[in-house]
Amino acid sequence: MIFGIDFASMILGGMAWGVVLFIVSVGLSVTMGLMGFVNLAHGAFAMLGGYIIVLSMRHLGIGFIPALAVGFFGTAAISMLFERTLYSRLYKAGELDQVLFTIGLAFIFIASLTVFVGPENQPVTLPPELRGQFDLGFMQYRTYSIFIIAVGVAIVVGLWLGFERTRFGAQIRAAVDNRRMAESLGINIDRLFSITFGFGSGMAALGGGLGAEFLGLDPQYALKYLVFFLIVVAVGGAGSIVGVFSASLIIGVLDFVLKKYVPQGGTLFIYALTILLLLWRPQGLFGKST
Amino acid sequence: MSAMPTLTEHPAALALTRRHRLRWWEPLPWVLALAFYFLFPRHLGFGTELLIMVLFAISLDLALGYAGIITLGHAAFFGAGAYTVGMLAQYGIWTEPITGLIAGAAVAALIGFLSGLVLLRTTGLTLLMLTLCTMALLEEAANLGHDWTGGFDGLTGITIPPLFGLFEFNPLFPKTQYLYVLGVLFVCFVFARTLVYSPFGQSLTGIRENTLRMHAVGAPVRTRLVVCYTISAALAGIAGGIWAQANAYVNLSTLGLDRAATVLIILVLGGYGRLYGAFVGALAYMALAHFLSQVYPTAWQLGLGLLLVAIALFARGGIIGVGETLVQRLRPKMYQKQPPS
Repeated sequence: MIFGIDFASMILGGMAWGVVLFIVSVGLSVTMGLMGFVNLAHGAFAMLGGYIIVLSMRHLGIGFIPALAVGFFGTAAISMLFERTLYSRLYKAGELDQVLFTIGLAFIFIASLTVFVGPENQPVTLPPELRGQFDLGFMQYRTYSIFIIAVGVAIVVGLWLGFERTRFGAQIRAAVDNRRMAESLGINIDRLFSITFGFGSGMAALGGGLGAEFLGLDPQYALKYLVFFLIVVAVGGAGSIVGVFSASLIIGVLDFVLKKYVPQGGTLFIYALTILLLLWRPQGLFGKST
Repeated sequence: MSAMPTLTEHPAALALTRRHRLRWWEPLPWVLALAFYFLFPRHLGFGTELLIMVLFAISLDLALGYAGIITLGHAAFFGAGAYTVGMLAQYGIWTEPITGLIAGAAVAALIGFLSGLVLLRTTGLTLLMLTLCTMALLEEAANLGHDWTGGFDGLTGITIPPLFGLFEFNPLFPKTQYLYVLGVLFVCFVFARTLVYSPFGQSLTGIRENTLRMHAVGAPVRTRLVVCYTISAALAGIAGGIWAQANAYVNLSTLGLDRAATVLIILVLGGYGRLYGAFVGALAYMALAHFLSQVYPTAWQLGLGLLLVAIALFARGGIIGVGETLVQRLRPKMYQKQPPS
């Protein structure tokens, strides 16, 4: 029984990490599937969102939940500005140019936040009702992790419904499948992509704020976790919400369990697994083969 | 005969046959490098580091600039070469510098060949991720095997015997290191230059420009890419090995994303697919890093970010590309001139 509870708490901890991975990466996956744009600045948008959330709580005195909303809309607006002015010039450029541009953008974000806010870690203060332990019936677990998992499930259900059941979602799916065809059917791809990009960056901001409690929040965040976000997208398959969700949970739980039992070589295993999976299915678990 | 030039005298044919000839400015980098040795004897450590980065960038140029293999993990081969040389020397198995470099190149080439065999089936994001993961895998492995590799602290105190039994490696006055690196760089550069102007190099450019068409004309695309990747890895291994010899230590920084990103930025800054981009880029990068980080440490990262964004948006050919455009604008007539009849 002790083992069972140990096991359950490990799975829950891994799921909380996986859900944060999902919330951050889902936007990256959709923009990659939609435009084939390799956006290495996605982690920087998550970081920016985290900063907006933490700083607005500290200086405006608003609560955690309203701050999440501020972070979402603030980051979405800023990212749409970048998308219209800069990103849109590079849609037809090669991958190398996209990689360079977005790495450069990430550097600019990191340097600016270091100058204006400071290089130190920004702690997030959780509201009292999210602190402490939550009674699950058979065991106690951290309320905050349960909260994150619940938020993640709500988001994935909402996104799935939006993706599969709305007109806008159908347009996105059509554009992922065949952009030229969708365009010639009269779907305004530019507008579609702008909105999706803003929404994806807003989600990344939510993830940055929700995960700040256990991932920390300092200017290096933008690149520190980028490899994880990219692995999730590559393993899940670009442009697939179900793919990103399952990949996030698998990677999150695996990483959490491995860190506990093999604190030294856990990450090695994840990299090796990613390589093997991508060799077996280059388009990812749920990606469409090209 | 009419004024029509014959096929062999056609401007395009002449341009093709003269492509590989030595141009007047090509000895310039080497003259400058030698002049640096005599003019700045107190900055030879900086010079050595610069030349090593040039060599590393040339190796990346073969894969990325000529064959169009977009990799984020080239430091894997730099680190493989560095660790090979370092471990051979640390445990007293083999310390002779030049043969040590060959061993480093061989190990890096082997890793490049084996990973290239599987990686180069993919393209785009998958290829990017696979190169990144391969490098991360090697870095983790080097960190884990600390009994052999020294782990996080790395291997310190590697002793390299005098070059040719005559010239001491003195860490405080790196005269030998500088000339040794310059010599190795020259040999590797001549090799790379010959390679890119050979029919093999030509077919690599073809693959970069249009893979489908190269398949259609019957070129063995996969084989060419794997061979190119292996050669590129071997050169990167030499750069890593010589780095270990010049610094007398090896650590995890030789394998990390930082180094892979730095070499990519250097190459792009100078201009990729141009051979000399590596020289210009390394010089510009190291000089900028030196001056901007003196102004303010964060200014360097901000400057680097702005530079990358500007290159991606406006100057895809890097510094050399901008120079070429300027020259072309200043002397438009030269390019329209017919060859002498």
